[in-house]
Amino acid sequence: MIIIKNLVKKYGNFCALQGLSFEVKENEIFGLLGPNGAGKTTLIHILATLLKPTEGGAIVNGFDVLRDATKVRESIGVVFQAPSSDDMLTGYENLKVHALLYGIPRRLREKRISEVLKLVGLYERKNDQVKKYSGGMRRRLEIARGLLHQPKVFFLDEPTLGLDPQSRDTMWRYIKKIVKEEKVTIILTTHYMEEADMLCDRIAFISNGKIIALDSPSKLKQEIGGDIVKINFIDKIPSTIDFTYFDFVHRVEQNQKSVIIYMDEVNSNLHRLIKDLDGVQSIEYKKPTLNDVFLKFSGDSLSGDSPEGGFMQRYAQYKKS
Amino acid sequence: MLSTKNLKINIILGQLYGLWLREFKVFLRERSRLIASTFTPLLWLFVIGSGLGSTNLQIGTDYQKFIFPGIVCMSVIFTSVFFGSYIIWDRKFDFLKSVMVAPSSRTTVFVGKTLGGMTTSLFQVAIILVIGMVLGINYDALSLLQIISIVLILSFGMTSLGLTFGSYIESLEGFQLIVSFVVFPLFFLSGALFPIDNLPPWLKFITLVDPATYSVDSLRNSILHLGTYSFELDLAILLLFTLFITLIGIFSFKRMKAV
Repeated sequence: MIIIKNLVKKYGNFCALQGLSFEVKENEIFGLLGPNGAGKTTLIHILATLLKPTEGGAIVNGFDVLRDATKVRESIGVVFQAPSSDDMLTGYENLKVHALLYGIPRRLREKRISEVLKLVGLYERKNDQVKKYSGGMRRRLEIARGLLHQPKVFFLDEPTLGLDPQSRDTMWRYIKKIVKEEKVTIILTTHYMEEADMLCDRIAFISNGKIIALDSPSKLKQEIGGDIVKINFIDKIPSTIDFTYFDFVHRVEQNQKSVIIYMDEVNSNLHRLIKDLDGVQSIEYKKPTLNDVFLKFSGDSLSGDSPEGGFMQRYAQYKKS
Repeated sequence: MLSTKNLKINIILGQLYGLWLREFKVFLRERSRLIASTFTPLLWLFVIGSGLGSTNLQIGTDYQKFIFPGIVCMSVIFTSVFFGSYIIWDRKFDFLKSVMVAPSSRTTVFVGKTLGGMTTSLFQVAIILVIGMVLGINYDALSLLQIISIVLILSFGMTSLGLTFGSYIESLEGFQLIVSFVVFPLFFLSGALFPIDNLPPWLKFITLVDPATYSVDSLRNSILHLGTYSFELDLAILLLFTLFITLIGIFSFKRMKAV
């Protein structure tokens, strides 16, 4: 559905995208994850024909983003990061303006507007001005607007940024519903690992304009080396123990009074691991999350500190300002 | 072939209607904008008009009546240029981005905007014309037709001018530059407030290149029968200017960055 080939975007000396190549399949939810400034939005802008790449190209729904911009625009729907509905207009009026812009024939217009309004649960509020909508409702209106002309590909740039947890859950529900009812391919950018984990069929981690990992969430989590077990000791770690001796252990990290072990099948193997251990204070166990995956890959690709700092901190700062 | 062509025109007309509809609804709901932009011309008419009018100027008519056509033009110039430069806001709030990813051409978006600007100006002028009647100004069918035509052309040109500047300026602060360096000079140098027959040569020259001069003069012709040039000449120059600035505007709009 989307083919991206060696995409490069430079702003002066700054290289926002450093030769991306990948494909997105039909009807999948494809997640783009990465810190601020990684190049996610730049990529979406290029795919949506708003920006021209410096090198390389992309095909969306069979059309070249450079040569067939109008055809590409007819095939895509976009929800931008910043709200882009006119808040002086009602929800219905915003949709009507866009239905006209997309040339939806009059006999289909009203029917389709009602359809998408019901899809995102705003039908009852369609005659309220958008400025009376909550943040989550506005975002849902944008989704309705993006789907109005029945696009093949739907871009969602940070659909849940700045929403409270409850609105986020609602948003996720609607996104899942859209895939089922509208049969679109979705490209979604996000900061939230759990969001990507929950919604996406495949994920690309982007950092500094490069893809550092691309696979399904479960495969990515396997890459980290199975489940994570942390054993805390009362005093110090017994020096006689070598955890790497077990064939189900992938990796071991030692701290002063604790050991972090990456291993397969905790349920069946844990008893063997701790059979001969003395002085254990507590054992923690967790399934790897995409956050762990991201930290692992970004740690591999970036030497030391990323120029932006940890992106969660940066994101927290961004939200404060 | 013919039917696909018809279809395409239908779609473009629909797009224009959509863009216009948005501007019109916003206009109807943002009363504060309407009130503010009606108030300034009234201030000029009643304060400057009556104030200077009391000093016995040699202009062949009551000063308040004399500046009335100029004040009509002023309201059109201010409203339209501001309207055009509002594009800066649209870009700030991503509304424009959502229009840019729609399959409508930039030219269509440009024209849709100017249609919105023309509508706004027309409403504004209607209010001022009614107030003119209170001041003792009479219109006939011909002069009304002339006023409406001039207002529409001027507003089309001035909205284009605002859109042109707005497409180059990225910060909201730049808006102030447009006010100081475009809107006020256009107005002050148009002869809206003084007769342009006996000016010193340098000032005369500047008024000659100010397109607003011809709109003021044409309205003075049709409302007060007091013009410096003929109505036809005024109209021709105004049309030329509007055509010129529209072409520049569309060109600027096409090369404007979408993000």
